[in-house]
Amino acid sequence: MLRIVNLSVEVDGKRILKNVNLYIKKGETFVLFGPNGSGKSTLLNAIMGNPNYKIVGGRIIFKKRDITNLPPDERVKLGIGMAFQHPPKINGVKLIDVLKYCARLSGRENMIEDLAKKLRMTEHLNRSVNMGFSGGEVKRSEILQLMLMNPELVLLDEPDSGVDLENIAIVGEAIREILERDKDEREKSGIIITHQGHILDYVSADYGVILYNGQIACVGDPRDILSQIRKSGYEGCLEKCLKDMI
Amino acid sequence: MSEGYDLDIEKEKLREVGVELDPSKRSGTFLQKDQEAKMFATFQEGLEVMSIREAMRKYDWVKDYFWKILNREQDEFTKAADSEDVNGYFIRALPNAKIEIPVEACLYLHKVKKQKVHNIIIAEEGSELNIITGCTSHPSAVGMHIGVSEFFVKKNAKLTFTMIHSWHNNIEVRPRSAALVEENATFISNYILMNPVKLVQAYPTAYVHRDAKAIFSSVIVALDGSTVDLGSRAVLREPGAVAEIISRTISKGGKVIARGQIIGEAEGVKGHLECKGLILSEKGDITAIPELIAKKPNLELSHEAAIGKIAEEEIFYLMSRGLSRDEAVSAIVRGFMEIEIKGLPEMLKMTIEKAIEEMRDAL
Repeated sequence: MLRIVNLSVEVDGKRILKNVNLYIKKGETFVLFGPNGSGKSTLLNAIMGNPNYKIVGGRIIFKKRDITNLPPDERVKLGIGMAFQHPPKINGVKLIDVLKYCARLSGRENMIEDLAKKLRMTEHLNRSVNMGFSGGEVKRSEILQLMLMNPELVLLDEPDSGVDLENIAIVGEAIREILERDKDEREKSGIIITHQGHILDYVSADYGVILYNGQIACVGDPRDILSQIRKSGYEGCLEKCLKDMI
Repeated sequence: MSEGYDLDIEKEKLREVGVELDPSKRSGTFLQKDQEAKMFATFQEGLEVMSIREAMRKYDWVKDYFWKILNREQDEFTKAADSEDVNGYFIRALPNAKIEIPVEACLYLHKVKKQKVHNIIIAEEGSELNIITGCTSHPSAVGMHIGVSEFFVKKNAKLTFTMIHSWHNNIEVRPRSAALVEENATFISNYILMNPVKLVQAYPTAYVHRDAKAIFSSVIVALDGSTVDLGSRAVLREPGAVAEIISRTISKGGKVIARGQIIGEAEGVKGHLECKGLILSEKGDITAIPELIAKKPNLELSHEAAIGKIAEEEIFYLMSRGLSRDEAVSAIVRGFMEIEIKGLPEMLKMTIEKAIEEMRDAL
């Protein structure tokens, strides 16, 4: 479904990603680990087409189409959707407006109300999007938007950070549903960035990837990687990963 | 209607500035073309609407309200308005009258070089008065509109004044207005400027007394060739006085100076000033000049000013929800123009929303 070939990305003239290669099949979910600044968000933003993330080398192929130079809205139409870590606040643009935009392409307009209820966002519908939302509300709002867009490739940038225990279940269940993790035949693929790994209690992922200094340094079982990172940090985990590979 | 005046040609123009021609939707009406009051009528008890000339004939005391809170020597424009042939409207809510359905006042500039207007608006004690006024011009008109307005909001009264301007690009507009807001009274002024205009320059002032409140909101779009120099000033004279000044200015090629000034002259007063500007074209410019002047300790004045272009991050965010770049920009601009105007009757709210909607479409 997604093939990233030798991708190099710059932000403000600084090279963040260096020759990244990644291949995700239909139905697969990857978890992206890595220290701050290693390029995780950069990778997702580049896939989504954020103009601040300049692709200086390589290509992004989605469903056999080269999308490297497509504007974000075209990528959305092809079936890519992203939940942002820090989405902007937009004065006067209400959450309900944004939800309608999200539902427009998928034809899920009639689901707005039910899904808003499910994610406990009904009180926020007429507020400016993300304006004065708490950390958990921002995440719920992002997941709600994703559910309405119903993308085939789901990009989740730290959906579990800043979410309290009560809400992590709501967010986790919703993500499991978006990614069709309970189905045997899945159409959806995903990339999840997580630091604490709480989301993995709800979403079984297929692969864990460590991004280190802008490069993919290790691929393995996501739970093993997480426990190794918890035990011995990223460096320790990478060391072990290299050993295992040999 | 006097002189069998044919309104048809102007009807469209009048509608454009929000003038409602259905009498069931207004409590009174006033229409002036050039220097002549073409029509005035009142449909509700407790309300008086007439030309200022008529008011002076009717009441001795009206002349005492002239130049009471504005200085006739202020500048060449006030001097010009202080002339024999001045006309304008007189709108008054009698004590404790509740005029919730708005009064419509319309000033139309057609042939004269200088339209000179002096309006007196009085909300007597305990009354409530809503006025909506549209000023406009004939497409071929060339000239200047000098509108002097003096507002008297007496004890416990509430006056909402909504002005929608829709001029043409060969008109210069020089409103000169002031409001006296007495104890526990509320003065709400809403200003919407659409369409190109050669120049608008105004700096209305509200003098706010004990526990009274003045709120100014304006939404301004300056298109190419327009110069808009507009401010709102509140003088908080006595304890408990409150002022809020909010402006949203958009330059699409035009020049905007957004001023605002709150002067705290007494302890225990509170004022907030918010100027936000958005530049949509390489050509235009916006200058925001917020000023706070405190003359006593123990008062609370604040301001917030921000000018910028639309953040790319916001555009990208909406595009990632499936909007095209153009759609994203227009959604953000729409949001920017959305200001919540408190304390407006439903009908007025709808009129303002409609005007803003039309403005958005024009952008």
